[in-house]
Amino acid sequence: MKGKLKDYIYQPEYECLSRSEMENLQSERLKKTVEYVYRNCKPYRAKMDEFKIKPSDIKSVSDLSKLPFTVKHDLRAAYPFGFYSADQSDIVEVHASSGTTGKLTVVGYTQNDIDIWAEVAARSLAMAGVTKDSLVHVAYGYGLFTGGLGAHYGAQKIGASTVPASAGNTIRQLTLLRDFGATHLCCTPSYAIFLGTEIQKAGMDIKDFSLVGGAFGAEPWTYQMRDELERLLNIDALDIYGLSEISGPGVAMECMQKQGSHVQEDHFIPEIIDPETLEPLPFGSEGELVFTTITKTGQPLIRYRTRDLCTLTAGKCACGRTTVKMSKVKGRSDDMLIIRGVNVFPSQIEAAIMNVAGVSPHYMIYVDRINNLDVMEIDIELAGNLAPDKVSDLESIKKKVETEVNSYIGLSAKIKLCESGSIQRSEGKAVRVIDRR
Amino acid sequence: MLVKQLSVFMENRPGRLYKLTHALGKEGVDFVTLSIADTKDFGIVRFIARDNERAYEILKNEGFTVGITELIGVEVDDKPNALAEVVALMEEANMNIEYLYSFVLTNHNSAKILMRVEDTERAVKLLEEKGIKLLSEKIL
Repeated sequence: MKGKLKDYIYQPEYECLSRSEMENLQSERLKKTVEYVYRNCKPYRAKMDEFKIKPSDIKSVSDLSKLPFTVKHDLRAAYPFGFYSADQSDIVEVHASSGTTGKLTVVGYTQNDIDIWAEVAARSLAMAGVTKDSLVHVAYGYGLFTGGLGAHYGAQKIGASTVPASAGNTIRQLTLLRDFGATHLCCTPSYAIFLGTEIQKAGMDIKDFSLVGGAFGAEPWTYQMRDELERLLNIDALDIYGLSEISGPGVAMECMQKQGSHVQEDHFIPEIIDPETLEPLPFGSEGELVFTTITKTGQPLIRYRTRDLCTLTAGKCACGRTTVKMSKVKGRSDDMLIIRGVNVFPSQIEAAIMNVAGVSPHYMIYVDRINNLDVMEIDIELAGNLAPDKVSDLESIKKKVETEVNSYIGLSAKIKLCESGSIQRSEGKAVRVIDRR
Repeated sequence: MLVKQLSVFMENRPGRLYKLTHALGKEGVDFVTLSIADTKDFGIVRFIARDNERAYEILKNEGFTVGITELIGVEVDDKPNALAEVVALMEEANMNIEYLYSFVLTNHNSAKILMRVEDTERAVKLLEEKGIKLLSEKIL
């Protein structure tokens, strides 16, 4: 029930440090990490050598900006395991997310990294009031995607009963939520809203549910969506942030103040940079979020560019925590789309389309949110030299595009065949995506 | 012995058919037949013009996705069951008709049937054997 949730601080010894205490801790951990990465991660060492930076040049967090950035492309270039700093025998879990060219971005976790992940996920779920008496229903997908296991580790760390429902099968989800008396739900916000709208249709009553709150993430969402979600499920809905490269969900989490998410900065140092000039920006400025992991050992990343645009603010929060807060993600500095929690690059769709004979490389992707679910339509021109006579031939081209797109990005899209020349040609950078969400 | 027809892909939205008919009309190209197969999103406009080559060129220049298809044309008496008799022959030979349309001209007492089949050659042979009158390219 909304308003029943009690936010509490899981590790005040880390979440409530003074600024100077936090910076001292960060400096000490950063120095160790830079030395460790320089010694063990060849691709990053090459970057540092190129910049003529030695680990000894990094004495405190104020030296952070001297270090070169790490980008997604670096990880793909080292595919699959070339960016590990740890010995492969020490890696206990591997996750991956989709990349721009269909090649996955791989992240290896040591037991130490999994423990850190569980710890930050536990801190996050504590903000949503999860205790050992709670029952946490995880409806994120379990798999290479970090959503499912991240929420799972956090809930187990606290000692809550954890239900690994994974994604899909709405009726079963609702039945489990009601019958098991789940107090907390973890999934994408759009799926949570969808579950909310399906309760009545399934002949159920929200009064028979025991939900009080949830952590929702893996895709950007608005305050209007929060209102809708809180009304439908009668809960307090909080935003959880993460990315597999850094640590999955739990990198940052909203407290009950519902004004920004606390970054677990004793593990991940956040920075905001200007995505054009790459210069660091002061607190309060909008720019690209960059993270440096300072406790991980499997694949620690230094100044990793998330491509997410947001602002950071410092200062003590009314909840008692002192960690830096990040605003909601306002957009991307690249063309990545997040559709139903899945990362999609237009270039992947283009690659899929190019496998089908009978269509041209002129296409437009429309993304909408219909009944709170993300819907993608791809308009694509027929090849100019096609002789269109049989409806069945055209239907089969359409079907082939659907199948290819689905196998490339793991999502279904509505395909619309268009007349040759009908999709607007743009001068300069082509506009391939119209996001109407 | 086959009849040439033009097929044009068209999105199912207002103004598209006008664009096509106007492009041909203003160049003085006359339609002999015209039919539209439609689905929810798109349609295929199939037609025979008095001057197919010219029509093809005009539409290509206008950017239409257009192709030329060969159809079997049959002439039958304009009387009940005439179409059924032709279709029956095809069915007996287990030949699938992809699509078909027919028309009757004023002052004629015959009807013309145009069809696209899976195996044109085999169908032509069959119809000839059965004594069905086939149309040549100049159907009028």
